[in-house]
Amino acid sequence: MKQTARDGARRTTANRRPRSWKNLGWVLFFLLPSAIPLFVFTLVPMVSSLWVSLHRWNLISPMEWVGLGNYTNLLTDPMTRRVFLHTLAYVAGYLPIVYAGGLLLALALNQKLKGRAFLRATYFLPVVTSWVVVALVWKWLLNPTNGLVNQLLGAVGLPEPGWWTDPAWALPAVILSSAWKDLGFVMVILLAGLQSVPGDYYEAAKVDGANAWQRFWRITLPLLSPSTFFVVVISLINGFQVFDQVYVMTGGGPAGSSQVVVGQIYDLTFRYGRAGEASALSWLLFALILVITVVQIRGQRKWVHYA
Amino acid sequence: MRDTGSLPARLALYAAVLVGAAIMLFPFLWTVITSITPEGSLADGPTLVVDDPTLGAYRTLVDALPIWRIVLNSLGVAIVSTALQLVTGSMAAYGFARLKFPLKNVVFGFYLATLMVPLQVLVVPLFIEMKTLNLQDTYFALLAPTIASAFGVFLLRQAVTAVPLELDEAATIDGAGHLRIFTTIVLPLIRPALATVAVFAFMGSWNSFLWPLVVIRSPEFMTLPLGLSTLQGQFTTQWDVVMAGSVVSIVPIAVVYLLAQRHIIAGVAHTGIK
Repeated sequence: MKQTARDGARRTTANRRPRSWKNLGWVLFFLLPSAIPLFVFTLVPMVSSLWVSLHRWNLISPMEWVGLGNYTNLLTDPMTRRVFLHTLAYVAGYLPIVYAGGLLLALALNQKLKGRAFLRATYFLPVVTSWVVVALVWKWLLNPTNGLVNQLLGAVGLPEPGWWTDPAWALPAVILSSAWKDLGFVMVILLAGLQSVPGDYYEAAKVDGANAWQRFWRITLPLLSPSTFFVVVISLINGFQVFDQVYVMTGGGPAGSSQVVVGQIYDLTFRYGRAGEASALSWLLFALILVITVVQIRGQRKWVHYA
Repeated sequence: MRDTGSLPARLALYAAVLVGAAIMLFPFLWTVITSITPEGSLADGPTLVVDDPTLGAYRTLVDALPIWRIVLNSLGVAIVSTALQLVTGSMAAYGFARLKFPLKNVVFGFYLATLMVPLQVLVVPLFIEMKTLNLQDTYFALLAPTIASAFGVFLLRQAVTAVPLELDEAATIDGAGHLRIFTTIVLPLIRPALATVAVFAFMGSWNSFLWPLVVIRSPEFMTLPLGLSTLQGQFTTQWDVVMAGSVVSIVPIAVVYLLAQRHIIAGVAHTGIK
């Protein structure tokens, strides 16, 4: 039998830790094309971001060491609390809407309906459209003076909100358009989850006399919990990073009423020349996302059931 | 998949999903209608039927922005970044799944770390990097953060691991090296995972906004989302022009979507299955 690389591999499974560098050429060949760009365009900026966050810097004049000054400044600045609260409010409004809507759609389109494929494709279309387009189109639809939505609301005698010109409605306007865009994504993930639920479970439950409502709560929802977990984790991570639609629809206004964390990072850097604080804020955001994600992964045992 | 019960229940279900579909499609239709409505009659409120449709908004758009160049920029950057991510990702996936080497877990941990860091943390230093290297307003700057994606590496590594080792062994006996095994055995077998990564890479690049916003200034290097957002600044009230721009940016992705719809939806669904 020939001496091959596989023999080396088999030996190493025996004592776990491979000691030889004889594969080095192949390792470099296969890994460098991804390792170099990840190093230069992710790891280096990551480390330098930490460095920048410890300085006062306007991107032009020399950096000035402030230690943790930027972090303590941010934590005492009421603007920080505002942008985090707006981001939280966005997530808190957006997540229940897309989950409930996506679940209803997934349940409906899991039935034997004519034109099911077409309907699924239709609901998914906004997902492939860019945030900027979605924000612009909805800004037009929600135009307070002559937008279609307010014309319709007016026609049936309902109040016409100022949407993106009214501080109270700017964030809801962003939530509404975001939910419209992402509904199809949630639907597809939940549909995939539904399709992996074995049909015999329902048959057995029917035999035992469970009604449709009980079957939904006792079978469908628990078996959907892995997909639900995925949707919640992804939506929270993306939700805390919301930027494009806010920037285009409201620009964080009116009067900062819809400014979110990433918008603040952008403004601090490119409008106010406070790159140090912007970097510190981005690390605070990252820390928050990390904590929330870890807590969810830890907590999943309590409610996520893998079939 | 289950049968719904009674006829009224089925009819109600049809009505609900059709109303929902209308809500999904209507904004697209409305975008097209607005783009061909004469500017003067926009203030009169909405009409579904345009009496005197005009392409004036599209003409204004062409004058305001190098729109064809911007469309080509978007397509070019999306295609190149997708191709790069497939090549770098599948190679790394093979490396991690099939090669044994010291410190593999450490290297893999480094990939894991880059996956967790959001773009927002990187934007400022990445911008400074590009500025220092004098790469602002270049295609390279647009591509740089998307040459390799740790997400792609993870997804593809899973797929390579699922390829039976016996196939490699049989090929090795036949005298094939890593390169032959990679290209003739592994790559064809991980095609579904490659398609999923391609979908995410293409959509990610096509819709990317924050990074182009930071690194691109001149219209010649803008991508569609960025070009569109500047249009809004120039024409705050010219909704017909803004909507014409939206139509131009929706059409290419809609065509790609309609052609590859099945794979795109399946690919997205695939990522949610544990």
